[in-house]
Amino acid sequence: MNAPANIKETKAEQSLNAQFDAIFAQTTQENANQRKQAWDAFKAKGIPHRRVEEWHYTDLRTKMNDAFALASKTAPKADALKGAGGLKTYRIAIVNGRYAPELSSDQDVAGLSIAQTGGFLASQLGTDDAMAHLNQALVQGGISIKIAADAKIDLPIEIVRYTDGSEVSSYAGTSVEIGSGAKALIIESFEGDADAAYQSNALTEVKVGDKADVHWLKLQVESAKAQHIETLSIELGAETNFQHFIYNEGASLSRAQLFLEFKGENTHAGLRGTSLLKDSQHADITLFVKHAVRGCESREYYRSVVDDKARAVFQGKIIVEQAAQKTDGQMMIKTLLLSDTAEINAKPELEIFADDVQCAHGSTTGDIDEDLLFYLMARGIPEAQARKILVLAFLSEAIEEFEEEQCVELLEAMTRSWLHADDMVSE
Amino acid sequence: MLEIKNLHAEVDGNKILRGIDLTVRPGEVHAIMGPNGSGKSTLSYVLAGKDDYEITEGSISYNGVDWAELGADERAAAGMFLAFQYPIEIPGVATMTFLKTALNAQRKARGEDEISTPDFMKLVREKSKELKVTPDMLKRPLNVGFSGGEKKRAEILQMSLLEPTLCVLDETDSGLDIDALRVVSEGVNQLRSPERSMIVITHYQRLLDHIVPDVVHVLSKGKIVKTGGKELALELEKNGYADYVGEEAA
Repeated sequence: MNAPANIKETKAEQSLNAQFDAIFAQTTQENANQRKQAWDAFKAKGIPHRRVEEWHYTDLRTKMNDAFALASKTAPKADALKGAGGLKTYRIAIVNGRYAPELSSDQDVAGLSIAQTGGFLASQLGTDDAMAHLNQALVQGGISIKIAADAKIDLPIEIVRYTDGSEVSSYAGTSVEIGSGAKALIIESFEGDADAAYQSNALTEVKVGDKADVHWLKLQVESAKAQHIETLSIELGAETNFQHFIYNEGASLSRAQLFLEFKGENTHAGLRGTSLLKDSQHADITLFVKHAVRGCESREYYRSVVDDKARAVFQGKIIVEQAAQKTDGQMMIKTLLLSDTAEINAKPELEIFADDVQCAHGSTTGDIDEDLLFYLMARGIPEAQARKILVLAFLSEAIEEFEEEQCVELLEAMTRSWLHADDMVSE
Repeated sequence: MLEIKNLHAEVDGNKILRGIDLTVRPGEVHAIMGPNGSGKSTLSYVLAGKDDYEITEGSISYNGVDWAELGADERAAAGMFLAFQYPIEIPGVATMTFLKTALNAQRKARGEDEISTPDFMKLVREKSKELKVTPDMLKRPLNVGFSGGEKKRAEILQMSLLEPTLCVLDETDSGLDIDALRVVSEGVNQLRSPERSMIVITHYQRLLDHIVPDVVHVLSKGKIVKTGGKELALELEKNGYADYVGEEAA
């Protein structure tokens, strides 16, 4: 047991006890065991707090005053869901943890199959995290997405995760299998009622075969009062290209934890993202990247812009096992702090057990460069606009590396909107 | 008309300018020459309005407006242009986007309509051809990966697009080979007009063979120690600054 016995249960933990009892009573025999095991694993750890190393900078125990009631099934209007902002997509809607076919696309797409599930996931891919266990203990539903081998899915697959209601919580479990040789773009949004306080906890398992090409964009645009926790486990086969991008804008508290493991040789993975934080937002991105086989390349590049009293947390651990010779891992964290009270905690870590590898990590933190600002102002651009141009430029550099034209445009538009710079000339 | 009176300025508490008097009328080109550390670049930054350059005494006025009242952006909209000695690289901002943003910001500040995209494109194409600025350069992030010569040509392109009335060229010749110097000088000469004042800051006389000044000043230790015609530059080229630096030290 991690938690010392003398720690009293918090109000949130007491609420969770009651919620588990209620949902467990309704669980079918087939799933009872899995629910119970997950619950026991969660109980052994409790809600993570600052003395748990992986959660040191995000003391959830303190920040989670209560666990809101499990959201019931609702039927929001289709136009409440924003998703990928009007791109033509194949839409999969998940409302309050449950697949919502009436809000989802229904045409047949060759090579793509979707099935509603109870949200229970097979393996959790070795993730031993309290909040991932909690997801499985309370999971309300989910889907399984399968992309057949060699299928080239032209339409972006859009997963809209919508939490409907205030003071409710949603737990979804999603499994995604992408066959060898397949190509797909997945755009996933996390959102909810504007101004509603709610909690969303999503667990997603992704297995990608060999020689696949996958781009995955996550848009975290939860309401400003929401608490958002997402656990993403990824296993990659050989000679695959996997590109993931997090756009982090919403939620008062967010934690994205990515567990990625290279299972096949000569695979490339890019993990990138931008966090745009203000007020007293707290956003945590935590990565565990495991190079278990030789010849793989990983890039972890994250940029944050932090204003007011907001706080960004980045933890990135790259593990290179002894067998993983010729690994190339590069991690770079860049942060712009726009106010004196803004904060970043960056903790890049490398654990290397192989001797023939190229690995590096770095982190820069600073204010807007005064020389750049002066140059723009000397050309007649007022200071406020010049600052916005420089913030947008800083974030655009990361966005452009995602290399999916329609996503780059979408991300730049969302970034301009966040900056209140919609009138600014686009590139 | 630019009027600088008894200008004292400091940077981080270091006194750099120690009483400069200078009047530049419309249509005039003044060269300011001087050894390293004499305060030439400081003068250009003070004129453009860089934040950490503080005027401690004296005044600058342009067309009757007290420059101290205006920020760098407002000075630009009022006609000021500084061609930087080291044009700054700004990753993530496409050159074309930047040019349009700057032009429209100045127009807006002056209460004029924004330029339409087709008109802007036409204007840029015309001007960039004269200055041998390639379409590829315009697509790249501002000054990023530009050679020394490309950066200076891009500065003059900006000057030509923004049509300032008070141009300060800070060592525009540094880092240029002979051909690039000629292209840049031709660009500058085309912008000479009866309404436009120019201050050309340089170490070397050779730039002044191409951009022939009306008046030459020697700046030493933060003061103008000698003023003359274009022949003064030739004299400096022959004898160096020793006479003036020595005179000042005595």
